[in-house]
Amino acid sequence: MAIDTDKNVYTVVFAAIMVVVVGSILAFLASGLRPQIQENERFEKQQNILYAMGVNNNEGEGSVDFIPTDKVESEFSKYIKEQLVIDNGKAVPKEESYLIDLKKQLAAKKKGQDYQLPLFVGEKDGKKFYIMPMYGKGLWDAIWGFVSVDETMTVQGVYFDHKAETPGLGANIKMRYFMDDFSGETILKGTQYAGIKVAKGNNDPLNKVKDDNEVDALAGATITGNGVSAMIKETVNLYKPYLETIRTQ
Amino acid sequence: MALLSKKDTSLILDPLADNNPITIQVLGICSALAITAELKASLVMALAVVFVLGLGNVVISLMRNIIPSKIRIIVQLIVVAALVIIVDQVLKAYQYELSKTLAVFVGLIITNCIIMGRFEAFALANGPWRSFLDGIGNALGYGVILIIVGFFRELLGSGTLFGIPVLGDPIAKTGLYATGYENNGFMIIPPAALIVVGIIIWVQRSRNPALVEEN
Repeated sequence: MAIDTDKNVYTVVFAAIMVVVVGSILAFLASGLRPQIQENERFEKQQNILYAMGVNNNEGEGSVDFIPTDKVESEFSKYIKEQLVIDNGKAVPKEESYLIDLKKQLAAKKKGQDYQLPLFVGEKDGKKFYIMPMYGKGLWDAIWGFVSVDETMTVQGVYFDHKAETPGLGANIKMRYFMDDFSGETILKGTQYAGIKVAKGNNDPLNKVKDDNEVDALAGATITGNGVSAMIKETVNLYKPYLETIRTQ
Repeated sequence: MALLSKKDTSLILDPLADNNPITIQVLGICSALAITAELKASLVMALAVVFVLGLGNVVISLMRNIIPSKIRIIVQLIVVAALVIIVDQVLKAYQYELSKTLAVFVGLIITNCIIMGRFEAFALANGPWRSFLDGIGNALGYGVILIIVGFFRELLGSGTLFGIPVLGDPIAKTGLYATGYENNGFMIIPPAALIVVGIIIWVQRSRNPALVEEN
């Protein structure tokens, strides 16, 4: 070939063309696929919220199976009775509040701006569930989830997920055995809101004691576990004014 | 004419043993440490690298005569990053569950030095078909080690394989645990991967002394 690939002009032109070509391919792809991706994310949120109130397709030990995507929308409207936002301490109904990005709201709070906290009231077999979204940080990146409590501030179920925790270690926060430990734990210590701690050196690995505000930590995942503890604590503090209004004991 | 000539076959088979990217060339150690705590993650990572390295090698090989040598590393990086992002986006749209499993690997694939190493050492100097075979071979060689390490780490560290308990229940003390056996917590932290890789290197070199370098 006759082109001199060592010339500076060639190098610059090549770099420019390459950036434009790759950039357009990626931009085209991203905008083309966005509706589909957003739909998937919407379903996922609905699935996660339902999971936290115990509406799932779990079969046997160890499985974490959601309501399938083709049914999740009807199930979501069946079980979730109210979608609220907490605005300046007052809970007001807001449609589709589950689409609110908690990360942005928390960032706004940090800057001292107005923020809204989404909250969902679910009902199953005549029992009410108050489901709160959570957002925090693990070892590598974000962790998030949902926690549901009843009027006695007893946890009814949790769902955790993560962006990039280490597989086999921190990533195990979304394993059934870890999430199931939270169910039945209370977030109260006496009358104070204490949250639930992911505790190392726990004397209660089978998690029989439900009022110690502790669950057993994951081996090799100290920082992710601390992240989960901090995330729950922050969530409980944020929602405390609302939880006070529904608490019955 | 056979589909694979003798040279072609050795392109695939050599990296599996005597020219293994991890144990002989000692590349890709970072991801081998990071994700081998369980077998499933090892397998997913191995498949993802087979795909990216096979395809990436072909793309680089096709472009090999027009890439300016001064910026070839950057070009290689762009190609691999673009490939990984395309795969990630398509999976997010059509295979959402799978994409979530893979999300953590995206960054690790882009920075995997085996990929850059093969682009640089092979694809820039060889045709697309051979580059493809070389990519698949090296990725498989990488994958084999990942799976071996993942197998031992998950078995000894958690007593499970693919998340299924195989040694009994460590908390209820059934199966092997009834005899007083305990999971080795050390196996699930990254340094254990170094030790397992070290043992593999040791075994491999003592079986084939030709691999031992003269000092």
